[in-house]
Amino acid sequence: MNAPTQSSTPVTDTNEPLEEGVGAATGQHNRRMRVRAFARRQMQQSLAFGTLAVLIAFFSIFGNNFFSWSNISGVLLATAVVAILALGTTFVIITGGIDLSIGTGMTMASVTTGVMVVNLGLPVWLGIVGGVATGAAMGLANGLNITFLKLPPFIATLAMMMIAQGLALIVSGIRPIYFSTAAPNFRQIALGTVVPGLPNAVLITVVVAVLAYLLLTKTVFGRYTFAIGSNEEATRLSGVNTRNWKIAIYTLSGVFTGTAGVVMASRLDSAQPQLGLGYELQAIAAVVIGGTSLLGGRGSMLGTVIGALIMSVLINGLRIMSIQTEWQNVVVGFVILIAVFSDSLRNRSRA
Amino acid sequence: MTTAPRLELAGISKGFPGVRALKDVSLDVRSGEVLALVGENGAGKSTLMKILSGIYTRDAGRIYFDGVEVEVDSPLHAQEMGVSIIHQEMNLMPDLTVAQNIFIRREPRRGPFLSEAQLTRKTAELLGRLGIDLDPKQLVGELTIAKQQMVEIAKALSFNAKVLIMDEPTSALTDSEVETLFTLIEQLRARGTGIIYISHRMDEVRRLADRVTVLRDGEFIGTLEKAEIDIPTIIEMMVGRHIDENARPAAREHLGDPVVLKVEELRTRSLLKGVSFELHRGEILGFAGLMGAGRTETARAMIGADPRDGGTITVNGRAADIKQPADAVKLGIGYLSEDRKLLGLMLEQDVTFNTVLASLPGHANALGWMRDSQTKARAEEYVKALRIKTPSVTQTVKLLSGGNQQKVVIAKWLLRDCDVLIFDEPTRGIDVGAKEEIYQLLQRLAASGKSIIVISSELPEILRVANRIVVMANGQVVGTLRNEEASQKKIMELAAHGEEH
Repeated sequence: MNAPTQSSTPVTDTNEPLEEGVGAATGQHNRRMRVRAFARRQMQQSLAFGTLAVLIAFFSIFGNNFFSWSNISGVLLATAVVAILALGTTFVIITGGIDLSIGTGMTMASVTTGVMVVNLGLPVWLGIVGGVATGAAMGLANGLNITFLKLPPFIATLAMMMIAQGLALIVSGIRPIYFSTAAPNFRQIALGTVVPGLPNAVLITVVVAVLAYLLLTKTVFGRYTFAIGSNEEATRLSGVNTRNWKIAIYTLSGVFTGTAGVVMASRLDSAQPQLGLGYELQAIAAVVIGGTSLLGGRGSMLGTVIGALIMSVLINGLRIMSIQTEWQNVVVGFVILIAVFSDSLRNRSRA
Repeated sequence: MTTAPRLELAGISKGFPGVRALKDVSLDVRSGEVLALVGENGAGKSTLMKILSGIYTRDAGRIYFDGVEVEVDSPLHAQEMGVSIIHQEMNLMPDLTVAQNIFIRREPRRGPFLSEAQLTRKTAELLGRLGIDLDPKQLVGELTIAKQQMVEIAKALSFNAKVLIMDEPTSALTDSEVETLFTLIEQLRARGTGIIYISHRMDEVRRLADRVTVLRDGEFIGTLEKAEIDIPTIIEMMVGRHIDENARPAAREHLGDPVVLKVEELRTRSLLKGVSFELHRGEILGFAGLMGAGRTETARAMIGADPRDGGTITVNGRAADIKQPADAVKLGIGYLSEDRKLLGLMLEQDVTFNTVLASLPGHANALGWMRDSQTKARAEEYVKALRIKTPSVTQTVKLLSGGNQQKVVIAKWLLRDCDVLIFDEPTRGIDVGAKEEIYQLLQRLAASGKSIIVISSELPEILRVANRIVVMANGQVVGTLRNEEASQKKIMELAAHGEEH
């Protein structure tokens, strides 16, 4: 544009100044509104956090050895993979989309790493890059299918879920790929302890969570993620290239999927082509329990981490109390119902 | 008319936590009359109607039906009593037929099965009785909005409604559809139905109303009898102060100023047949025309929101290649949609978020890291400059009034440093009192060197702000008038004449 119009000073009003009284009176009201808005926004998170605290307290009292470091670090380790998947897919869900391909996509990534390191004898670092890149490529494909072919995210990623599942079996020859002989140190990625007593997988999850949090709350990327989820067409009319941003968001989710695949492979010291299906639903459940709205426009990474922890604490605690697996599922199902219901209650009272 | 009221509300009060929504409001409607209920947004019209239809319970007051005091405890109860409401947003199932929609929950049966034949017959009877020309078997989703409204009306009257409440029924209708609706309203009136007609549009009130009841800030201001109905009086009662309806912009010649935007031979497959016009610096260019003339389409094709079939756009003397809204924004062209809530705002987000949305990269470093304190400061700056009434910049936009929401959208484009602003129906859904403020804001913007296009269906609005007026019909420009030579009549003649070709 030519014309250096007054970009720094908006068109100011020359005739009538703001009434002074209004400004002063709103000050206090102002603060109260802000506090209330904050409380409302944090409500689901605090609810989730409270639930987590109650669960931990309950199992510490009634479950033998629940509150021991070995068990807690075991719970954290078990949370790692689902949490990484959930963090990535939180971005997608905030845009109002969904990604069903992250479970089998994770498997595809770990199989890729396995094939590269074990079958092709490539260095471990290259295998890791390959695994993460595989996840990214699937995310990219999802993004392209959703934006250019205009497929609904549910369908596009459902298709990708099946494609990834099939490919993982084909590429691996339907057999697990073991790292122990080709790369004996591979398992250290997840199970080694840079911080004494804490498995690296947990550390990786923490780092990934912090990155996801910063990306979502502090960057243009995160802001557009919320904008698209709030109102995609209005975002587009505001001059944002929503198509490219959506592709980027799905690709980023794929990077998280790939990372989860590498962590999974390392933790099991093998790539298991039969595993993976169902992880996407656990991840989505974690996101939802954490207060992110499936309708888009609202959500948080902290909530997702708490959501993932609630699920694994619950499962671990019930196991320690010798509740059968079948019943564990029933309980987790109820927790999801209650979490989403309380969230919708909150929305109703706000409307 | 001195007939006894069919329905009477006396001394109705209703409070919500922290707010007094209604204070001692009374009104009555008689058989065979149209009572217009007017008032600004937030005046309490909807609350009153929700009490009447049993959605809310009142804190005080009485409701009489045919002189007998009644309690209304649910919409169903109201319907059975003979009071039906047609809400602004329609409650029809698009994938069911006309007949299925009208008799939902009351489907005729034969034994355990539904009787489709009986349903169709009953509906045809009802529609025939009302003089509504509709096929009972057609899917509602295939009907125009106006026809869907007819279905709503037919449904309401299938309950033998004696009082029909219509909430802004024409807000989504074209001019000819409005005519059809009015004809039906006249028929209902002649048949003795009492109608409460809620509207913002004064020309409709003038045309239909037998009496007018005015609310302001939840209070009953007064009821005007037929002979007393006078639009300036009504507006004054609504707003609480005098507003000059016939104001015009100061005559000012912009034709000598540089051309900022030049559109030539703009075409789209569906509608536009070669639209050309020029916009000068500091000018407000109005776009008038009937619904469907192609005004919004011109704006959307121009900024790349919809595909173009041909035509060139020149911005500041340079050919512009605009393929998507992002390209237009880069050239400093901002579009403010007619549907603010759907296409202009993120209702669930706060004022800051909405204000900076179009200029995020300018408020972040090279890595995309947001400078949040800066965005907040800029938002606060614009809240002050545009006098946006909000407790803070962290207020959710949903909670602001229409006028203030519009100002947030304006702030978004000013912050983006747009030089060309396209306003599509800038005051739709905005209170009469707040409209004038928007007009003055538009004029201040133009005086500061912005070039502005105003698309509006309200001719007084176009005449109030535009320096020149482009009249469109059938996807073409049929004339351009200077404000001084323009009048409502002249514009309408051009627009209507153009439609004939």
